[in-house]
Amino acid sequence: MLGRLKQMLIKEFIQVFRDKRTRFILIIPPIIQMLVFGYAATYEIRHVPAVVLDLDHSQESRELISLFSSSPYFDVQRQLTDSRQLGDLIEQGKTTVGIEIDAGFARNLRKGQTAPLQVIVDATNSNTALIASGYITQIALGFARNYQQDRINRIAPQLVEAIPSVELEPRPWYNPGLSSRWFFVPGVIGSLTLVLVVTLTAFAVVREREIGTLEQIMVTPIRPAEFILGKTLPFFLIGLFDVSLIAVVGTLWFQVPFRGHISVLLTGSILFILCMLGVGLLISTVSSTQQQAMVTAFFFIMPAIAFSGFGFPISTMPQWMQYLTWLVPLRYFLVVLRGTYLKGVGFEILWPQMAAMAGLGFSLLTIAILRFHKALD
Amino acid sequence: MTDQPQPAIVADGLTKSFPGVRAVDALSFDVRAGEIFGLVGPDGAGKTTTLRMLAGIMPPDAGNATVAGFDVVRNPEGAKHALSYMPQRFGLYEDLTVDENIRFYADLFGVKKAERRQRSSQLLEAAGMAEFRQRLAGKLSGGMKQKLGLVCALIHHPKVILLDEPTTGVDPVSRRDFWRILYELIAEGVAILTSTAYLDEAERCHRVALLHQGKLLFCDTPANLKAGMGKGVLSVTGPEPRSLRSQLEHADGISSLVLTGDGLHVVVDDAPRRIPEFEARLRAARVSFDAIQQVAPTIEDLFVDAVGSGGSTHA
Repeated sequence: MLGRLKQMLIKEFIQVFRDKRTRFILIIPPIIQMLVFGYAATYEIRHVPAVVLDLDHSQESRELISLFSSSPYFDVQRQLTDSRQLGDLIEQGKTTVGIEIDAGFARNLRKGQTAPLQVIVDATNSNTALIASGYITQIALGFARNYQQDRINRIAPQLVEAIPSVELEPRPWYNPGLSSRWFFVPGVIGSLTLVLVVTLTAFAVVREREIGTLEQIMVTPIRPAEFILGKTLPFFLIGLFDVSLIAVVGTLWFQVPFRGHISVLLTGSILFILCMLGVGLLISTVSSTQQQAMVTAFFFIMPAIAFSGFGFPISTMPQWMQYLTWLVPLRYFLVVLRGTYLKGVGFEILWPQMAAMAGLGFSLLTIAILRFHKALD
Repeated sequence: MTDQPQPAIVADGLTKSFPGVRAVDALSFDVRAGEIFGLVGPDGAGKTTTLRMLAGIMPPDAGNATVAGFDVVRNPEGAKHALSYMPQRFGLYEDLTVDENIRFYADLFGVKKAERRQRSSQLLEAAGMAEFRQRLAGKLSGGMKQKLGLVCALIHHPKVILLDEPTTGVDPVSRRDFWRILYELIAEGVAILTSTAYLDEAERCHRVALLHQGKLLFCDTPANLKAGMGKGVLSVTGPEPRSLRSQLEHADGISSLVLTGDGLHVVVDDAPRRIPEFEARLRAARVSFDAIQQVAPTIEDLFVDAVGSGGSTHA
């Protein structure tokens, strides 16, 4: 009956908007989180602390060191005199990269031999270490190539024309500046929506169980579907509001381009929120207190984000785990988000993701409704 | 056994077990329209479980139950329009006002607007809460909350009302309001089944059932129960009730005894014969006492005697 549903909705909205804290939770934390994540979630590294141990004291070694100091990726903090200092500084975490130029560096180069350059990297954070090593390699190779060309110019200028080389011309599509923020901001929209909708829905239902109103409602003629619809529709609308809010903030503040059509993103958001409502309801059917709901939600949210491709690419996961990610709705929503934001693609490309979310959402909601008995067991 | 065709509530062999405990054991009774029926028993006797099964929110393991003519075991939804169930703590939304709570429950039962207005004014008036309509439910006192729960539970004119210890923790004034509303309802032909922990409230019921460990011990009117007890109750008063107890608990002819504020209540087989015996015993032991006299048994005497606590076996 429509009357009962309408009253559920009225009640739910009065409760949401009467409580100052709830009103606050719906607006301020999502914005703050968007900003914090937008700044913090990045793969780029800059100003990595580095120290140099130059035992060669040659023009060549100083030239190489100046290449490191002038690079935006490294901060050369100190020139050392003793190789033991290097180990100590890395152990104490005061520096991440140690560059050691042994005596004889310039002599080897001048003789046309290979000159070793020892680089020590603190690989506790393997990602930073990997990227830093990449930059070090670039700098060292650049130095070597310049040195070679100089020598050839001086010894046999006529050969310069004959030396073959490959010029790399990378064209990064969709994100020409290779800004990792462009990659992360759409992802943050998805994961924030997940956390908000799942926890709000689960808590709203469990709270009714905790304060005893659920038992009271069970003895009224309300049908389970009416109760669930009355309970979830407000959070569907709130979820949609929050998606728009954080999407607008993320787009305007971080200047991430939105190249697709808003209707595609809206459709994807609706399907994704339906999935998360189903998850929230399922959590509420297995929890009898808000603490239980919180712990259960936590156990869902962590893997749901890890398996979604939010931070780690799905293609590098073991095969069996990749199959598991098919059950993670955020995985599909991230494709829709990044597809609409960066690639500007539409339904013709994104329909498989939409279909997957529709299927998952339908199944999750069906299971939740079936599990929601009007009985205490 | 009754001249009415169909009692408002029939419990027939209701049984429910939880892991390790049989909460309700083959319980049978019936409640007629216009009757207040009391379920009395200590905590864990199975009162709440019985009420939940009758309300159709907990399926029994065995047995049948009809409420307002509907089989609530097979078709729990059927009786819901005619039924009202009030748990120990009524589920009020504390962030909604008194009026909003009433309106919410009224709409869930499909009560029309005009009817809701009239009914809620009348009930709030009777509950002495007419001036609190705009107050948030969370800001009401415990007794007020419980009365608001009753108003919400009655808004749809139920024919059968199930109350689970409705006046526990309620102040005396609100308790009086509460019972006045209940008596008005019986006059309208409503059947009320209430559990209570207050044995003085049990005396206000038309009939009471004593429940112990899920089993029915007695079921009759309070007067019949007391008359049929077949034993006498002696009140022994004195300055030191504990010494009175230690002297008397091993005396002959005692089936149970309880401490009261100013002495003891002792259930005995033959009151006139035991009075002089007890007096002699206390004098011999030099325990001072004021008086020993026979009193009318209360439900509490009966209950304690039946449940067999008595405290007479220790030490």
